[in-house]
Amino acid sequence: MFEVFVFATLNGLVTGLLLFMLASGLTLIFSMMGVLNFAHASFYMLGAYFAYTLSAYLGFWGGLLFAPLIVGCIGAAVERYGLRRVHQSGHVAELVFTFGLAFLIEEAVQFFWGRDTKNYQSPELFDFALFTLFGQEFSAYRGFMIAIACLIFGALYFVLTRSRVGIIIQASISHPQTVANLGHNVPLIFMCVFGVGTALAGVAGVIAGPVLTTFPGMATVLGSIVFVVVVIGGLGSLPGALIASLLVGLLQSYAIAADVGMPELLHLLGLSFDSSHPLNDLWTLNLPQIAPVLPYLLLVLVLIFKPTGLMGNREQ
Amino acid sequence: MKKQLPVWLGFALALVFLPSIFDSVLGISILNQMTIWIIFALSYNMLLGQGGMLSFGHAVYFGLGGFMSVHALNLIADEVFVFSITLIPLVGGAVGLVAAIFIGSFSTRKSGTVFAMISLGIGELIVASSLIFADFFGGEAGVTGDRTYGPPFFGIEFLQDAEVYYLGAFWLFVATLFMYLFTQTPAGRMANAVRDNPERAEFIGYSTRRVRFISFCAAGLFAGIAGGLFAINYEFITEENLNALTSGRVLLMAYIGGLGFFIGPIVGAVILTLMNSLLSNYSEMWMLYLGIMFLLTVIFLPRGFAGFIMMHQIAWQNRRLGTLILPYFVTAVPALVFLAAFVGLVELSHKGDDILPFFGLSLGAESMLSWGILLALAGIGALGVKLSRPRLAAAWALANTPTADDRGDVR
Repeated sequence: MFEVFVFATLNGLVTGLLLFMLASGLTLIFSMMGVLNFAHASFYMLGAYFAYTLSAYLGFWGGLLFAPLIVGCIGAAVERYGLRRVHQSGHVAELVFTFGLAFLIEEAVQFFWGRDTKNYQSPELFDFALFTLFGQEFSAYRGFMIAIACLIFGALYFVLTRSRVGIIIQASISHPQTVANLGHNVPLIFMCVFGVGTALAGVAGVIAGPVLTTFPGMATVLGSIVFVVVVIGGLGSLPGALIASLLVGLLQSYAIAADVGMPELLHLLGLSFDSSHPLNDLWTLNLPQIAPVLPYLLLVLVLIFKPTGLMGNREQ
Repeated sequence: MKKQLPVWLGFALALVFLPSIFDSVLGISILNQMTIWIIFALSYNMLLGQGGMLSFGHAVYFGLGGFMSVHALNLIADEVFVFSITLIPLVGGAVGLVAAIFIGSFSTRKSGTVFAMISLGIGELIVASSLIFADFFGGEAGVTGDRTYGPPFFGIEFLQDAEVYYLGAFWLFVATLFMYLFTQTPAGRMANAVRDNPERAEFIGYSTRRVRFISFCAAGLFAGIAGGLFAINYEFITEENLNALTSGRVLLMAYIGGLGFFIGPIVGAVILTLMNSLLSNYSEMWMLYLGIMFLLTVIFLPRGFAGFIMMHQIAWQNRRLGTLILPYFVTAVPALVFLAAFVGLVELSHKGDDILPFFGLSLGAESMLSWGILLALAGIGALGVKLSRPRLAAAWALANTPTADDRGDVR
């Protein structure tokens, strides 16, 4: 029982930190521009595909370096030529624009790379077990994922709170007009933040591609979960995003590992139903089955009882 | 309403005579799809266009209505009770309404991002539970029914698609009429007010939550009716009809058609259904074109196709609409050349060894000449658009200035 718990925790940590890599960029973009970027997971997918193509020529490390750069440039271009124009038509138009962008990127990926799954592998350097616990191996690549995620959180936190650039960014979130009056190019800052945010998603894609398989549906798989994370954590809050990512990652991982459900609960209550009961599906439900639903359940509950999220301080 | 009587009569006549014009099997099938999607898109517009609530999970009400309708069809076939097939959309509508009352009771508290996120969460919840409760939702295979049981309606047993069309057209007319009348009621007008300025609406003494709740329930009702029609038309329904794909599709329809206008979603549903049915036969890449078209619409026509048409109202009142025809034509020709070349390039890169027929030319992916021709055409088209745009802008400005005899005419 204890070993199941330890491995569920480790897996949940990996998933949670991967989610955080996406959520950090998303929440950065949101706090800056008030735009919930629906296409964020699509940039993550683009990162994986670019890294797959580049790794054939430059190896894994070349992909890790250049794929996020390309994704960031695409993101900046999207902000400059798309979002900035749409901004005049209001928030709904912006949301709808990023929604359409997600749709278009998925189609474009199928156009350029095809519909099949790509054989994108983690480098041989990491083909060993980091440590062995209870006879189960924990691969070095997963350890590498955790390290990169922690590095990103540290760097982002340092840049935003301790550097001059971070101060300007924070100031343009709360007082864009004043910052512009001081001679800073606020639209340029917006474009760069969007670029950096999408590049972070690209990094996540490069790293997650080999583990979660690189295929055209990978954006859809993670896309809505990232939203859930950002909203639960509180829109615009980086620590909130970290907590919520870990919460969602661990919750899902524990639910999958826990082999309990309605039959055990009914047994505890001393009830029993035979299999011909019309609600048989309900009486045989177990936790692993409802694991995919839990984040959304949490989202709805959080939005009903605390619409600002765990660490957020604004509603819109 | 009296002034619009000719419009409604024309609408009814069009519905009656359309199948005589497009009488092929494909034509009838497309018309059938249109009846469903127009109702669904109009109901979505009640939320987003009239009420300002952006929903990413409207397919929930459509799908639940559809599932219940298929189950109702099966109950009729099993002779559990006697019920006319013609009234099945009411079953769907009732289910949609009940679901909307339940979900709306907590989700309409706020509009904007909070509402959008709750709708997304609920949508994903229902989709995930549809795979768990396999008895009701039929798992991944879905549920099938048969519409030919039950008491015949004046001798019609709905064996033919054309018979189903008239049933759909009837419900389309009724639903459209009621949705239009809803926009004219105080509840409908207040929905607009809450959309535009919730704070002021609160100050006059309206509960914004209740106003949104009423719109939300009405939208759920009509989405359910569309789901019921879907069940009758296809006789099966799967989990795909309540997931984010369907929710996104109806958002696309309403947005491309034009959100602020009652007729907008109708235009959008017609365009998208046509693209879906016709383009998918010609090209594997039609979804790519759809995505590009959607983004261009959001960027350049924020009020959709209906909004584009309504932009010409002032020029029409100035009696200068005619002056726009030539500049439009001059810009449209190179734009179409560019479009054709772009589509050609996309298709050519996907053809492999096959030959792509292109306006009498036979293009192959291997020959550099083919690529050269298409790239040159695209370049010429883009250049033509760039050169003719200033003239179009000037003509537009001229058409929108008041005419000489209007000027200084103070009455």
